[in-house]
Amino acid sequence: MENMTLNLRIWRQASDSDSGELVDYTVRNVSPDMSFLEVLDVVNDDIVKSGNEPVAYDYDCREGICGSCSLVINGVAHGPREATTACQLFMRHFSDGDTITVEPWRAKAFPVVKDLVVDRSAFDRIQAAGGYVSFDTGGACDANEILVPKEAADAAMDAAACIGCGACVAACKNASAELFVGAKVTQFALLPQGQGERDRRVLAMVEQMQEEGFGPCSNEGECQAVCPKEISVAHIQTLHREYTRASMRRIFGAG
Amino acid sequence: MTLENKVPEGPIESKWQQHKFNMSLVAPSNRRKYDIIVVGTGLAGASAAASLGEMGYNVAALTILDSPRRAHSIAAQGGINAAKNYKNDGDSVQRLFFDTVKGGDYRSREANVYRLAEVSVDIIDQCAAQGVPFAREYGGTLANRSFGGAQVSRTFYARGQTGQQLLLGAYSSLMRQVDRGQVKLFSRREMLDLVIADGAARGIIARNLVTGELERYAAHTVLLCTGGYGNVYYLSTNAGNSNVTAAWRCAKRGAYMANPCYVQIHPTCIPQSDEFQAKLTLMSESLRNDGRVWVPAQKGDSRPPQQIPESERDYFLERKYPSFGNLVPRDVASRNAKAVCDDGRGVGATGRAVYLDFSDAIERFGAKVIAERYGNLFQMYERITGTDVYTEKAMQIYPAVHYVMGGLWVDYNLMSNLPGLHVLGEANFSDHGANRLGASALMQGLADGYFVAPYTVADYLANAKLDPVDTDHPAFDEAERDTTARVDKLLAINGSKTVLEFHRDLGKIMWNKVGMSRTEAGLKEALGEVRTLRDEFWRDVKVVGKAADFNKELERAGRVADFLEFAEMLILDALHRKESCGGHFREESQTDEGEAQRDDQNYSYVAAWEFQGEGKEPTLHKEPLSFDFAQVKQRSYK
Repeated sequence: MENMTLNLRIWRQASDSDSGELVDYTVRNVSPDMSFLEVLDVVNDDIVKSGNEPVAYDYDCREGICGSCSLVINGVAHGPREATTACQLFMRHFSDGDTITVEPWRAKAFPVVKDLVVDRSAFDRIQAAGGYVSFDTGGACDANEILVPKEAADAAMDAAACIGCGACVAACKNASAELFVGAKVTQFALLPQGQGERDRRVLAMVEQMQEEGFGPCSNEGECQAVCPKEISVAHIQTLHREYTRASMRRIFGAG
Repeated sequence: MTLENKVPEGPIESKWQQHKFNMSLVAPSNRRKYDIIVVGTGLAGASAAASLGEMGYNVAALTILDSPRRAHSIAAQGGINAAKNYKNDGDSVQRLFFDTVKGGDYRSREANVYRLAEVSVDIIDQCAAQGVPFAREYGGTLANRSFGGAQVSRTFYARGQTGQQLLLGAYSSLMRQVDRGQVKLFSRREMLDLVIADGAARGIIARNLVTGELERYAAHTVLLCTGGYGNVYYLSTNAGNSNVTAAWRCAKRGAYMANPCYVQIHPTCIPQSDEFQAKLTLMSESLRNDGRVWVPAQKGDSRPPQQIPESERDYFLERKYPSFGNLVPRDVASRNAKAVCDDGRGVGATGRAVYLDFSDAIERFGAKVIAERYGNLFQMYERITGTDVYTEKAMQIYPAVHYVMGGLWVDYNLMSNLPGLHVLGEANFSDHGANRLGASALMQGLADGYFVAPYTVADYLANAKLDPVDTDHPAFDEAERDTTARVDKLLAINGSKTVLEFHRDLGKIMWNKVGMSRTEAGLKEALGEVRTLRDEFWRDVKVVGKAADFNKELERAGRVADFLEFAEMLILDALHRKESCGGHFREESQTDEGEAQRDDQNYSYVAAWEFQGEGKEPTLHKEPLSFDFAQVKQRSYK
């Protein structure tokens, strides 16, 4: 595959209180083995050389696990490849002469910090509301005293694979965070360690989720389609079941 | 100044137990009177901040990223060691201790390693109790696999995402303390200086990366948990934001930097494809459980791997090391891969790669079992290279900088020579000697954070006579002035070369001359080249944007400036250590068979370097190493 010339239309916005716009950049000599973020690096190096401010975007591990990536590429969170974060999107999936639009996550609960960088601290606050097992350091029993059947451990791991990137929210027309919350609630609901706080956890996390301004799920499944870790929408059903169960137990008693 | 390592007296098996009893405590009702700063929220930082918060201290936790959950511990794939002996295959605390001391090529502090092995079992219990979804057997017990440098199965794992799951466990405990108000979380903050008041570390200056403002944080003690400096090589498996700045600024304030030349080069990474590449990606070492490493026996054999018959392949690790085979430690595997490529038998477009072959494993276990073990890694490989391992049956791999054993010097209590500055995890030097075994980084980070610092920090606080210090103290004024001046200086140069270009140039010098194989001549050249590059940087770097703004270029410029200073210390350390040991291979010091040759007579010590000022030679302090419990031998994996 030959090197390519691409036209990038990138969202530039100085801060949340400023209005933004799409700005055109041409980038030449793009190798098919470059990652999407490496193309942005090249664009930025050119911008810096011309004395202007480069495009701000979040990155860290560049191997698809830290969840820093937050780019909507051609209208799709993380771009056209399934089960892939933007850092793991390689240019061999584009063609010479393509115009590619790059925008930040757009959601009320994820305000823009600058250009393509958004504030996802709402996820941290949801986690803080109940996404844990209350177990202080020290005094744990031998790990093999808590038996977890392989099926439950595997299913919990499927849910726990979420990287907290927020693509699910960006892809949802309601900016719902139910896939993110559902995955965490499911992980603990499946494990014996999570049973003690099962009711409290789901109620607190859902309450926080609503307070942050995320919308409700309306079953479009767009979240699963863009999720880089292929977290299933089944976790949203689990979330609803767990929420109903906890609410009922709160009203009618736990017995 | 002599380095007091504070290792307690007594038999190695009871040092830590006895020390825990001897240390002073802070009563529960008094803990709220103490403020603790934790810089970094990876495994070490998150576990320490959570544990200290639970105990009742007031903790401020800072992360350079937008969320603590993204720290680079998250990228560790393979697993975490613990001497549980669940497999009944002869493991024990003593054996994990001995494997670690030997793997580190007898350049670690024995007492620290023993403690690490001892608390390893508690880590697994703690994480299981938190709901970390470890891999399980059908009966519900925990599963294990084996890793390099060991002949037992002691590695616990959560698919290929062990670091992620352990970090999310620590992160969830941390967020629980944030919810309780015991920990105050400061995201997108970068520590730019250490504040020393009345002879003790009492605070830090951090830059708010959103607004660009400098902020002052005061406390009774500072815990530095900021990871390693692998990005001094530009290309490494470290994350883009991993850097040496916080540690280096402490070094410039007087903290000693120990063994900076001990850098681990990991054997199984995806080879570099082009010059724009911003990072190298690691493929978990666990792949070497089932993958066989080979190159063509003949130079210039460019046939696709599956067309090269068995008889014309050289499984060089199995040939040279029959008892450990593909599971030799990382330094040995890396050097041998380099050697066969230097010999002209490397494969791939650049000739700098070897095969990691799964044909036998797929035949023996079936594709389904192999997919269960390594599915996510094969997927990652396919995504990056466009090659499907299930059909090709082989990956191409090459070594890359991955982890650093060197770091700030600490005593047995994880405190640096600066009173009040504790250093945890990869940022310290203490446990891995000259080479780290696979699946031991996660173990050390969590050991320090969950099970060592909570005791030793309490002991420090109970005994230190600390006057009240707040952020109006003149030491804060001075540190903030220094930081402002540095930021302004970077922005004022307005030269012609970008920060990225300087970082790439530095990386090339370091990789070519201070990498897997080092010589006196090469190191001396590197020293000159780094000094020249640093002068050029301060004359000609172009940093755009403003100080009081979200400005990633400025962030990177500060980090590259620090790498350019720190690199010199790393090279000087490599130059002075004329022996080979672990990850530090001096061509002048090798056995007849080309293995690393230690010189215990002259170099059995920790080299702790004291910064003396920019452009001045640092002073070397030596902490002698003695091995009273582990028998010192020439390492052999044959």
